[in-house]
Amino acid sequence: MYLDSHTHMISRTTDDYERMAAAGVVACIEPAFWLGQPRTHVGTYIDYLSMICGFERFRAGQLGLRHYCTVGLNSKEANNEELAEAVMEILPRFALKEGVVAIGEIGYDEQTELEDRYFRRQLELAKELQLPVMIHTPHRDKKRGTLRSMDVVLEHGLDPSWVVIDHNNEETVEAVLDRGFWAAFSIYPFTKMGNERMVEIVRRYGAERIFCDSACDWGISDPLAVPKTAELMRRGGIPAEQIELVTYRNPLAAYGKSGQIREEDWLDPPPVDQRLLYMGNSILRGGQEPRIETRGPGLGDDLAIR
Amino acid sequence: MNQTRAAVELLAGWVVERVPAEAAQWFRAQLEAVPRAGDDKPLYLALGWAPRRLGKADLRLSAAELEDPHRHRPVLDPVDWSVDQAARLALVLASHDGDDRRFKERLETLFRTADIGETITFYRGLPLYPGPELLLARAREGARSGMRPVFEAVAHRNPYPSERFDENAWNHLVLKALFIGTTLDPIRGLDARANAALARMLCYYAHERWAAGRPVSPELWRCVGPHADEAALADLARVLETGGGEERRAAALALSSCPRPEAKALLARHPELQGPVARGEIRWAAFAQG
Repeated sequence: MYLDSHTHMISRTTDDYERMAAAGVVACIEPAFWLGQPRTHVGTYIDYLSMICGFERFRAGQLGLRHYCTVGLNSKEANNEELAEAVMEILPRFALKEGVVAIGEIGYDEQTELEDRYFRRQLELAKELQLPVMIHTPHRDKKRGTLRSMDVVLEHGLDPSWVVIDHNNEETVEAVLDRGFWAAFSIYPFTKMGNERMVEIVRRYGAERIFCDSACDWGISDPLAVPKTAELMRRGGIPAEQIELVTYRNPLAAYGKSGQIREEDWLDPPPVDQRLLYMGNSILRGGQEPRIETRGPGLGDDLAIR
Repeated sequence: MNQTRAAVELLAGWVVERVPAEAAQWFRAQLEAVPRAGDDKPLYLALGWAPRRLGKADLRLSAAELEDPHRHRPVLDPVDWSVDQAARLALVLASHDGDDRRFKERLETLFRTADIGETITFYRGLPLYPGPELLLARAREGARSGMRPVFEAVAHRNPYPSERFDENAWNHLVLKALFIGTTLDPIRGLDARANAALARMLCYYAHERWAAGRPVSPELWRCVGPHADEAALADLARVLETGGGEERRAAALALSSCPRPEAKALLARHPELQGPVARGEIRWAAFAQG
């Protein structure tokens, strides 16, 4: 079983869901982010948050995956002050929705003053509502942005074991692990991590507090990144327990602190959810083995994502 | 005690019976805080916390408890509700301050920011809300949903549509139920609101399905029978000649509800079905799927 803890499924197709399910991905987390272009009204932001807590969660359930999300004001749109203020106003309405596992993805883009202001206010919201935090580390000036993000989190008194630093690479991983945060790696071609590099990370640092995700979105990205990386690790001789931690157990432990994502959700969902949302489908039914194909037909021959 | 307050008490009573003392205490405190608040923050926070604090177990009302809502509100049917749903509806109703229009606005805000579980719950509450005439557009919105459980929250075991929808809205509700593959039997008022326009729409829909080589739900004929015209009778005759066992039984039952003499004659040509229909051995509920 795999858990892909960073996916923007609203820009993916039903085929993607089916391929993910066939490859053994049982659940995915959809962080609130921008949409490739900035929103200009709070109304569209409300509809977006409502979509990722609502229809997308339902759609995923129909196609064999459990869907969770994080809510937050992303760093890019934090630079539109009027929008940002309005979003901060409505955010508490969404933070306690079912399946919201963190405040995120938040952090820095260009490390502006406005980004800093709304990052801090959302850290306070996470603290107030006892929710984990997912931090987006910037693409540019990455190392400094990552260190600064962690400094600010600690300054606000959050427990680093409740905070995931995402989009890590070889340059940031040590500082993140040293300070007690979760270190997530997005296996995303061209701009983020490649999965052959990921195998080397696990070989070098082990699996404690490390996990990987696909960050698949509207760009060239791969919704099968997590199962492909697991298979590469297997071929690379990484022990099975470590693979399980990196592709399933660790993200479950990190976001599970919200109380909103549990293994029972896909292995044995409550009757009311089975009745209403999953049409009686659970992945594990009365004594059956989980419906998993670790080397599923959809993975193809070329597993590398570079 | 007004009707809304009575509904709060009824629902709250079911909830506190089924949760630990500490959770019940929390819930009672929220019910008191919600109407006293100046804004709706305590309401939406309590709605968010309700399933976490109270759980999502099925209510499983006893036979005696199931009698209560009938005294309170005829045809309310909470047979498959869960604890968090009853609790959330009690909280929403508790926010009513005597102004129906303000209540409607609050409800709209809650719908706009609702997750799926809340959306289903809020639609299930339609027969309980004060000022029901103000909620028609919202109810119709729910009946347009492509999410089957949301649609069913409006359409199934809910007296609101049959009481409030005009003929066109009603007909589309029934047609949509078939279109998204859900069952008609739990729709309240289904037989009472059958009409000629609906019968025609359903026959055209059956023709489309036949043309595409797709199966037609036997339940479709239930709303055709009482208003079958000559063309509809021809359709029913076709089902009797070429349909499978279930479809033929449904067509026979539909014919028995048609006042036209041709319907009786048609049914008489199939004595193997006419007998069981006459003896009440074929019932619509048996065709209900999923």
